[in-house]
Amino acid sequence: MIPAPFDYVAPSTVDEAVRALADAGEDAKVLAGGQSLLPVLRMRLAAPTTVVDLGKIGELTGVRDEGDAVVIGAMTTHYDVQRDPLVHDHALLLARATDTVADPQVRHRGTFGGSLAHADPAGDLLAPALALDAEMVIQGTGGRRTVSAAEFFQDFFTTSLAPEDILVEVRVPKHTGWAAHYEKFNRVAQAWSMVAVAATVRAEGGSIAEARIGLTNMASIPVRATAVEQALVGRPADAETIRAAAEHAADGTSPTVDGNADVEYRQHLAKVLTGRAVEAAMVG
Amino acid sequence: MRITVTVDGTGYTDDVEPRTLLVHHLREKLGKTGTVVGCDTSNCGACTVHLNGQSVKSCSVLAVQADGGEVNTVEGLARDGQLHPVQQAFRDNHALQCGFCTPGMIMQSIDLLADNPNPDEEAVREGLEGNLCRCTGYQNIVRAVRDAAGHMRPGAGPAAEQVADGERTTTGARGDV
Ligand SMILES: Cc1cc2nc3c(=O)[nH]c(=O)nc-3n(C[C@H](O)[C@H](O)[C@H](O)COP(=O)(O)OP(=O)(O)OC[C@H]3O[C@@H](n4cnc5c(N)ncnc54)[C@H](O)[C@@H]3O)c2cc1C
Ligand code: FES
Ligand code: FES
Repeated sequence: MIPAPFDYVAPSTVDEAVRALADAGEDAKVLAGGQSLLPVLRMRLAAPTTVVDLGKIGELTGVRDEGDAVVIGAMTTHYDVQRDPLVHDHALLLARATDTVADPQVRHRGTFGGSLAHADPAGDLLAPALALDAEMVIQGTGGRRTVSAAEFFQDFFTTSLAPEDILVEVRVPKHTGWAAHYEKFNRVAQAWSMVAVAATVRAEGGSIAEARIGLTNMASIPVRATAVEQALVGRPADAETIRAAAEHAADGTSPTVDGNADVEYRQHLAKVLTGRAVEAAMVG
Repeated sequence: MRITVTVDGTGYTDDVEPRTLLVHHLREKLGKTGTVVGCDTSNCGACTVHLNGQSVKSCSVLAVQADGGEVNTVEGLARDGQLHPVQQAFRDNHALQCGFCTPGMIMQSIDLLADNPNPDEEAVREGLEGNLCRCTGYQNIVRAVRDAAGHMRPGAGPAAEQVADGERTTTGARGDV
């Protein structure tokens, strides 16, 4: 199908893009990689009057080192995040999760910022962003502000971005040398996560010094499995520790029910996948 | 809106509506019907082309996003009447039945071989994750890609197809268009 008609602008700076959004009003839409937006427009689930394409704004692309953080431009593609050496060294969890997103063609176009802004609860990059304590740098009509991942994700497909806001970049605090694994459960290749677990741990002398666990699709927003994190830290990095900790993965969760899974099944998956994710991270 | 796109080595300047999908621009305006549409959901990969050296689903890119860029389609692969090694391998290995998925399969196979010139079976299956075939059961497609790997110059992927400025032809890259 063909999208409904719209006006198209492709500004070359973030300032211009914010102005274009503000001028166009409520019915404007930002276009990043288009890998979620264009299917939506084709199915006429949305019909914006103006589309503001961020594709010509050079400052939104790329990964840079900023001391204690790796800063990823919102328009950096999944393909480039997967291969970035800074991401590998300092935020391995993000690289591992990005490997599981969609397929190669979609990863060539789809962007890190677009995935976070889209905020699909089954999206694979939300839980890693939360687990790594990422911060979103947002520009709107009132200038720039920084929002933590925990405040950014608000509900199904809903973030703290106002209609005229642009997600500019994401600051990911360095987790240098942390082991990581993203364990995704879906029915067929290419399908979205029914449940997935993002695990990253720092081992020290045979025991677990620090751990961060994020859950995908266990609520309308990504959640941290803090009970698992607490049960891992300070214990020997062995199968018994992992098994006992994983039992807490569904603590306090009330996942949504859909055609794929009910509450009980999702909670079961969260426990099983947490065990697998932490074990796989430790094995490397 | 006026856009200029180089398709299979030839530059084309056209007025398009912003909502025009790249695949419709290729098929309807430029007559490049070798690239097909197989779904409404961005899942099937039948519409795969190379945009600026990377495989993309041309149903999920606006024509205006390709402005100033370079697109290569399955129609531009054969050179001097010789099939591209991946086309030849699909033929030799009976990697198609109805052939509808084939343009996209071939374009994605070239992309995957550029990233990994000697893929094992699993790597081929993962590289073709975004391409669906309703006929073959994939077995022969995987065989064809691994066969093609043995016949390709390393690095002969999407980037190698890009035409350097000044090298552009003014007639179709395919003599028979
Ligand atoms: C076949 C298929 C399979 C997929 N499978 C998966 C999967 O398994 N896991 C997964 O996580 N994702 C999957 N995706 C989605 C993919 O990851 C998209 O790339 C991503 O959801 C959106 O990123 P985008 O850059 O394409 O954004 P777009 O589609 O361009 O935009 C998405 C939304 O975010 C807004 N937006 C985008 N960027 C910004 C910004 N910088 N500032 C403000 N607002 C912005 C847009 O206005 C729009 O509402 C799949 C997509 C397809 C087509
Ligand atoms: S037609 Fe493009 S993915 Fe199906
Ligand atoms: S050969 Fe018929 S869909 Fe692949």
